[in-house]
Amino acid sequence: MNADPPPHVAVSGLTVTGNDGTPIVADLSFAIARGEVLALIGESGSGKTTAALALMGYARPGCRIASGGVRVGETEMLGLGRRALAEFRGQRVSYVAQSAAAAFNPAQRILAQVIEPALVHGTMTRRAAEEKARGLFRVLALPDPEGIGDRFPHQVSGGQLQRLMAAMALINGPALVILDEPSTALDVTTQIEVLRAFKHAVREQGTTALYVSHDLPVVAQLADRVVVLRGGRMQEEAGIARLLAAPEHPYTRSLLAAAAPAPQSPPAVAADAPPLLQVTDLTAGYGGVTAAGVPRVPVLHDLSFAIAKGSALGVIGESGCGKSTLALVVAGLLPLARGEIRLDGALLPARVQDRTPAQLRAVQIVFQMADVALNPASSVAASLSRPLRFYHDLRGAAARRRVAELLDMVRLSPGLAARFPDELSGGQKQRVNLARALAAEPALLLCDEVTSALDTVVGAAVLDLLAELRRELGIAIMFISHDLSTVRAICEQVMILYAGRRVELGGRAALRRRPMHPYTDLLLSSVPELRPGWLEGISFTHLAEAAGGLMPADAQLPCPFFRRCAVHIPGTCDVLLPPHRVLGKGSEILCQRTEAELLDMQQTASAPA
Amino acid sequence: MSAALELQPIARRRLSLPLLGLLSGILVLACLLLALLGPVLAPHPPGQIVSPTVFAAPSRVFPLGTDYLGRDMLSRLLVGARYTVGTALPAALLASLLGTGLGMLAAVRGGLTDAVISRAMDTLISFPSLIFSLVIVAALGSSLAVLVGTAAVIYMPGCYRIIRAVAVDIETKDFVRAARARGERTSDIMRHEILPNIVTPVVTDFGLRFMFIVLLVSNLSFLGLGLQPPLSDWGGLVRENLSGLSVGAPAVILPAVAIAVLTVSVTLLVDNLPGRKAAMRER
Repeated sequence: MNADPPPHVAVSGLTVTGNDGTPIVADLSFAIARGEVLALIGESGSGKTTAALALMGYARPGCRIASGGVRVGETEMLGLGRRALAEFRGQRVSYVAQSAAAAFNPAQRILAQVIEPALVHGTMTRRAAEEKARGLFRVLALPDPEGIGDRFPHQVSGGQLQRLMAAMALINGPALVILDEPSTALDVTTQIEVLRAFKHAVREQGTTALYVSHDLPVVAQLADRVVVLRGGRMQEEAGIARLLAAPEHPYTRSLLAAAAPAPQSPPAVAADAPPLLQVTDLTAGYGGVTAAGVPRVPVLHDLSFAIAKGSALGVIGESGCGKSTLALVVAGLLPLARGEIRLDGALLPARVQDRTPAQLRAVQIVFQMADVALNPASSVAASLSRPLRFYHDLRGAAARRRVAELLDMVRLSPGLAARFPDELSGGQKQRVNLARALAAEPALLLCDEVTSALDTVVGAAVLDLLAELRRELGIAIMFISHDLSTVRAICEQVMILYAGRRVELGGRAALRRRPMHPYTDLLLSSVPELRPGWLEGISFTHLAEAAGGLMPADAQLPCPFFRRCAVHIPGTCDVLLPPHRVLGKGSEILCQRTEAELLDMQQTASAPA
Repeated sequence: MSAALELQPIARRRLSLPLLGLLSGILVLACLLLALLGPVLAPHPPGQIVSPTVFAAPSRVFPLGTDYLGRDMLSRLLVGARYTVGTALPAALLASLLGTGLGMLAAVRGGLTDAVISRAMDTLISFPSLIFSLVIVAALGSSLAVLVGTAAVIYMPGCYRIIRAVAVDIETKDFVRAARARGERTSDIMRHEILPNIVTPVVTDFGLRFMFIVLLVSNLSFLGLGLQPPLSDWGGLVRENLSGLSVGAPAVILPAVAIAVLTVSVTLLVDNLPGRKAAMRER
């Protein structure tokens, strides 16, 4: 046993505390072998980022590394002085942050920034560094590896920027790369290329990496081993296959369960229930309306859909497809340019100012970022009392009673009423947010990515809550998300948006069956699955489609998906508006291809590349 | 998970010194009392030459010495308090009130409202303040009300710009959108959603405006546009006794100290007002 070589990276008894001595990371020990990818997973607040930063010998303001050891290669990081550490960082240990957009200097060309670590540490000449950078661009599958470095950060897509940041981290051939949630902020279709590029680069360069994430399916694609953190303590350490197949720790099991939410049984909605919300040929956008009645910057094009009383409609699409705009239009915050919205059969005025109190009360919106959706200067009670007074003229003791009821409804303790938003956790904030909308006693709840900013476990609990509320109160929901699995879990109807167009609308069961719109097909196949090897199994067709990204110019084409679509018909799709087709499985799509053609092509295309 | 979540409260937990707040509060209160009772407390008639020595050192009869004409400095300071506090305080309050109200209105309404108010403010701010005052005083004559009004109008645009800028930032937040979606009126959005979140800049800005106005009023007095001799506010006292600086006369130093004490304690007081959260909890 003694013959084993010492591990490449060894962390032993690492403890990081806050200034008041509370441990953030407690007695953490693990090792990473050379060329291995170790994943550090846990919810927010589990100390995973703190632990990862400690591997660079860094503690954020307000924290300090209390004890323990971090050895990278031959060097004990924690004993190093300021200068030695600076020498070490960016050269031997490098870091890829969650938001590449925030990590790049917008005023400098990309190449100059990518090679900066090499120049700062004097590891190679400018020429050699530039050559190496271009090589890395190729390895990371970036388009135009020769020229992309001359662009500015705003001229490349988010997924490309994330890969360019990886190139920056790899330029010095570091002994350890720390990747901190590098794909969390990306769309699923973009995530695929980033993950594949990372995996390829790590394998090719023989890089040792620490991958910090809360996302188990993503981790399953990249990591060799996983360390599960909770409250700064290690819960479980195992090889990825073992962890997924036979998780030992109950916490790991709950993480696994939350990663694949089970479909909620919908409350009984009468099949012939009259539509609560009926949207017809809705066109909306920004920048005012032209003489022709079209917005200068159109975002939504001719959308039609209905939501029955007490039912849930999921709206899915990648960022920029207009799904949040749709919520704003229905809420009356952004007036529509054309089309109409009917609520309970009555025409709903476009502008919130023109709506009657009853109409205002009936439609409530719940925003994505719980942090900014609550007034930081108002206590929970004050935030909830406002709509109570506004809509129901409740005040004094009656309002206080109702606040307690509302908190109970969203499963929060009434004691929280006196707290302020910064004294609540993310999940609690989102529940208060929900309670504020419920205070109006609405008929329709517009939920805009309400779980996206939350951890999977917390998010799953919020989804359960939504389902319960529907059963108890009979509220209809428009659930906007980029996450297919959550939408499938709570919505009976699903609408898929691409560049502001409704490319497919159908029941949740229909969404799993072929044929489907080519974009639906891509979206479905882009959601990481909880098994190693999924990333390698993606078909070549889907990879090509995923690489396209949402380009604004495409919105002008009759079919905006034309350029990315693997089954497009040149001369038809880019000239003629795609027809509405009703498929046998019960959904409606917007595509030139017939049902038989799509079925045929999607069966052959699913063969792995 | 996200950096924003984890970096939270450090910045907000400011060093709070209730003692300092209390002390500055007492000082501000003292200045207000002096303004009220000054003429009663003054041992000598403030406008009368009572000593043959100019710039006399403090003595039994003249506890703070005499000024450049041999008038009692203590009496002049006590009476001067009335003019300094009596012009600067209402003028600063007025400037702050108008600037904050219009700033929030422009931020919440946006569009044409914002454009009209902002351009009007730009026009106001482009007048040199002294020339502006000169025109007003020439047209309306010099009285306390005119002085207060002029100072308020001159310092309102600065307050407006700052408040509009911070309010525009708050206005983009989702909780304001939520209030709009609820159908709240502009005035309610301003009062419930915006104002509680900009209390700190409003109050800090008020302290600044107050100091500027004290200086402006003394400048005006110097030019003969403000208070007419023998009346003099603290700024005017500094000006008229400037020649005593070479002999280190208390007559020039004391009013300057008085201005400093007043402005610093106003600033300290507004900085140390009981936290807005505590105030809201009590409600």
